Amino acid sequence: MGRFDAYHSKVLCDHLCEQIHRLAKRPLRLMEVCGGHTMAIRKHGIPSLLPDIISLLSGPGCPVCVTSPSFIDQAIYLAGQSNMIICTYGDLLRVKGSNGSLEMARTEGKNVRVIFSALEALEMARREPEKMIIFLGIGFETTAPATAAVIIQAKKHAIRNFFVLSAHKLMAPAMEAIVSNDIPINGYICPGHVSAITGTSIYKKIVEDFRIGCVVSGFEPLDLLQTIFMLVRQAETDRPALDIQYSRVVKPWGNQKAIALMEEAFETVDDWWRGLGILNASGLKPKASYHEFDAAEVFQIPANNISDPEGCICGEILKGLQLPVDCRLFGKSCTPENPEGACMVSSEGSCQTYYHYEHRR
Amino acid sequence: MCLSIPAEVITLKDDTALVSVNGLEVNVSTLLLDNLKTGDYVLIHSGFAIEIIDSEEAEKTLSVIRHMRISK
Repeated sequence: MGRFDAYHSKVLCDHLCEQIHRLAKRPLRLMEVCGGHTMAIRKHGIPSLLPDIISLLSGPGCPVCVTSPSFIDQAIYLAGQSNMIICTYGDLLRVKGSNGSLEMARTEGKNVRVIFSALEALEMARREPEKMIIFLGIGFETTAPATAAVIIQAKKHAIRNFFVLSAHKLMAPAMEAIVSNDIPINGYICPGHVSAITGTSIYKKIVEDFRIGCVVSGFEPLDLLQTIFMLVRQAETDRPALDIQYSRVVKPWGNQKAIALMEEAFETVDDWWRGLGILNASGLKPKASYHEFDAAEVFQIPANNISDPEGCICGEILKGLQLPVDCRLFGKSCTPENPEGACMVSSEGSCQTYYHYEHRR
Repeated sequence: MCLSIPAEVITLKDDTALVSVNGLEVNVSTLLLDNLKTGDYVLIHSGFAIEIIDSEEAEKTLSVIRHMRISK
């Protein structure tokens, strides 16, 4: 922090809250679709600072929460093959498939390694040429360019023992699905770091066709309060618009180099989302020209369809239709220490953030 | 998962930058960004610098908030 401490200023937060209270006249439901926002909003107690008529909802913005359990099954299957090493971001480790998690697979002796960067997986492939290294590509547009860059590097340097099992997803199709399903939303708090890559054009349809305001927000308390102020003003004047609050990072045109790398390495596919089902062109997989790095193309992986644990309402929570406290498993059989549903597994899942910041108040 | 942290660029070499995160120095990839300079503040996500933080814009945003007034 340090340099950006002013974004925590209590004086300015109080000032913004006062302006929001003066402006807000009618009930509003504002949805964020970024796990970082879910955490920041609860951690800073933002809902308690707002007029009661403003509700903040968490949408499908946590990649771990929306990913299919069968992806975990596929990863565990590969981890059980001889000479294979699964490399994953830590977020995915505790998510359960039909028969346990990657963490459990690791305790059973299967080769699962946690990494912080896709480059570490590529480096591992260089260092251990006799092993096959499978990198689990998960995340939205913030994370996908790194995977794309690494696939392109693997091809450039002819690294033949590096593969990606991709569950990368695109943010906008899910946001459009929410509003197409008539889920009542008056404005979107748009994800700051996804937008740093994509720019703002991905939200155009939501603003123009669905008349829902979209404001790209940063993650500090002042960022979130200013974004909420902007969305309230749009709603009160009935002028939904596409705006950037997080202008110190996000440009309307995004990060063109990152976009070009994603377009070089990936193509879109129809993909499954928890709560939303299959959405057209909402996932990313390596293009035909990079098939030799696509674990789903190279290896025969058994497919299966499995459902969430009985009683789990993660799907409804991810659509903003129910709250974590509405789930009968919440805080009982489903806790951060022993999660049942995906939204309790991830530190940025709605259920886990609720558990930490609301449940115990 | 999209969590990114600010860091200051200390040195640049090939596709890598040595950056300081609150005094902790780490190497990150610059494959996703062109035109980085020493002293730039960048956002780091999973080992990659993903965007430059514009200090002028940061100040402008604060100034807008300071001068915001809604009459009742």
